[in-house]
Amino acid sequence: MNWKTFYALLARDGHVARRNLLPTLLQNLLQPLLFTFVFGKVMTSSGMMPAAYKNMLLPGVMAVSMVMAGVQAVAMPLITEFQFTREIEDRLLAPIEIGWLAVEKIVAGMIQAMVAGLVVIPAAWLIMGSGVKLDFSKPFEFLLVALLVALFSSAGGLALGCSVGQTQIGLMFSLVLAPMIMFGCAYYPWSALEAFPILHAAVLVNPVVYASEGLRGALVPQGPHMNTGVVVGALAAIDLGLLYLGLKKFHQKAVS
Amino acid sequence: MGIAIRIENLRKVYATPPPVAHGGAGFSFTPGRTSKDNSGKKIELVALDSISFEIRAGEVFGLLGPNGAGKSTTIGILTTRTKPTSGRAFIGDFDIWEQQVKAKRLIGVVPQRPNLDFALTAREILTFHGAYFGQSARHRERRADQLLEKFKLTDRATHMARTFSGGMMQRLSIARAMMHDPEVLFLDEPSAGLDPQTRLLLWEIIRDYNRIGKTIVLTTHYMDEADTLCDRLAIIDHGRIISHGTPTELKAAIPGGFLLRLRFDRITKELLADLRKLPGVTEVRSPDQASVDVYADRGGPLIGPAVNMAQAAGCELRDVHIAEPSLETLFLHHTGRSLRD
Repeated sequence: MNWKTFYALLARDGHVARRNLLPTLLQNLLQPLLFTFVFGKVMTSSGMMPAAYKNMLLPGVMAVSMVMAGVQAVAMPLITEFQFTREIEDRLLAPIEIGWLAVEKIVAGMIQAMVAGLVVIPAAWLIMGSGVKLDFSKPFEFLLVALLVALFSSAGGLALGCSVGQTQIGLMFSLVLAPMIMFGCAYYPWSALEAFPILHAAVLVNPVVYASEGLRGALVPQGPHMNTGVVVGALAAIDLGLLYLGLKKFHQKAVS
Repeated sequence: MGIAIRIENLRKVYATPPPVAHGGAGFSFTPGRTSKDNSGKKIELVALDSISFEIRAGEVFGLLGPNGAGKSTTIGILTTRTKPTSGRAFIGDFDIWEQQVKAKRLIGVVPQRPNLDFALTAREILTFHGAYFGQSARHRERRADQLLEKFKLTDRATHMARTFSGGMMQRLSIARAMMHDPEVLFLDEPSAGLDPQTRLLLWEIIRDYNRIGKTIVLTTHYMDEADTLCDRLAIIDHGRIISHGTPTELKAAIPGGFLLRLRFDRITKELLADLRKLPGVTEVRSPDQASVDVYADRGGPLIGPAVNMAQAAGCELRDVHIAEPSLETLFLHHTGRSLRD
């Protein structure tokens, strides 16, 4: 392991991310924040939704933003870099093991996911106005869940980025990410699905469920949410699985 | 001074088409990209068939061959980008596949297609590359400036590399490969698509880099490039080394030196026999029903007698081409086809 090279690779990704900061933030946050405005402001102010819904919504929106940010930060550049020109070789020839380059991509993605998540909290708070009650009494639980979510999104981004071609980016979003988000308990708590027993069980394969419910447990523990132990366990297992899959796929793609 | 490369029985079989050719798309709904054909048999593409050779420290070594001969696969293996199916390759004392990081420190690579980091400016490409190789900030800034100057890119230094023309990208690729001052420089088809002027500049740069004791490995399918630039050459076709040596040695190995390619409306046995009896002729071959390749120690003087013989045999001479001793003729002699086929 070569820390100088690892740090330089990370610095490169940071440099590029800073250069594209505004478009990246808009790309990842605009949609969740519009959602926040419509459901958290318009619907609640007009009385069509109870005011308590705001508390339910914010952790979900944070989960969605983090997932989008992590996946996009890792998958999109990878898809381009593995294309015809094999831009990735610019970095594959750096004096570091191939696996560490993938790890660097994951770390860069995690940082971007964390930034997105932390930007969403005040932004959503401002949009929804009064009535949002967040609980910061469990900072370590919050941090642990947020880190696991960030790792899930960027390791997932690595696996996706190594298995999807440029022509299938649109498909990836409409077939993979959109259903994951809509069935990810981001806009409603998992307990709301009790009326649909099959769905209630089926969504448990969706990692976004644990992301939303975990952040809900950490930020608004007064509302309904999944047990934190279950969330942490499930996210850790998913993270390990995606990490293994992502690294394997990266190796396969990187070496011919 | 200088680092040598040793290649032992290197073999590469692709189970799927090489990634460059297959577009890099997984998740595919289109048939035909799988590694099995309709009969259920695995497709095996032998790119390298047990090649062995040595590249000496401090020489300019050329791999010459037509498209698809295995040149890029060889470079891929020597630069850690391709895993050999069997056999080994060493750069200095390091096994290239087993000790990748150590090998990567010693090499600079100019790929066939520019794989520049399109998210960065020209200058950043060089400075970040220096950073990957652990250069200090001051060192890499200075070196980047020198290289930008040398490659005439100073006025475009702060522009994004994706806006560059093909030739500029190629120059920047070479500058990047030299950024960490590697002991061995690999150039895969360096002059493909370059205008003549840039090509001369490139040759000059390669010679300069070689003069300070660095080993250069390049692939080309241009005979003149191989001839003027390389100390030693290996001619490669269908994944095998057909011949290797200095350009002079290789050219001297062509029987007779001159090659006359004659085309007739038809050929008779008598005609072939007569042609063999011409003065200075060492070998006569007939690749098809209408052509004859005559290897001889002279060119033009044989045309007159050949025309007379054709008339006597009732055949009509339709086309004549005289090739002087060159690597092109050598390639033709070994493979029966032209490099450009």
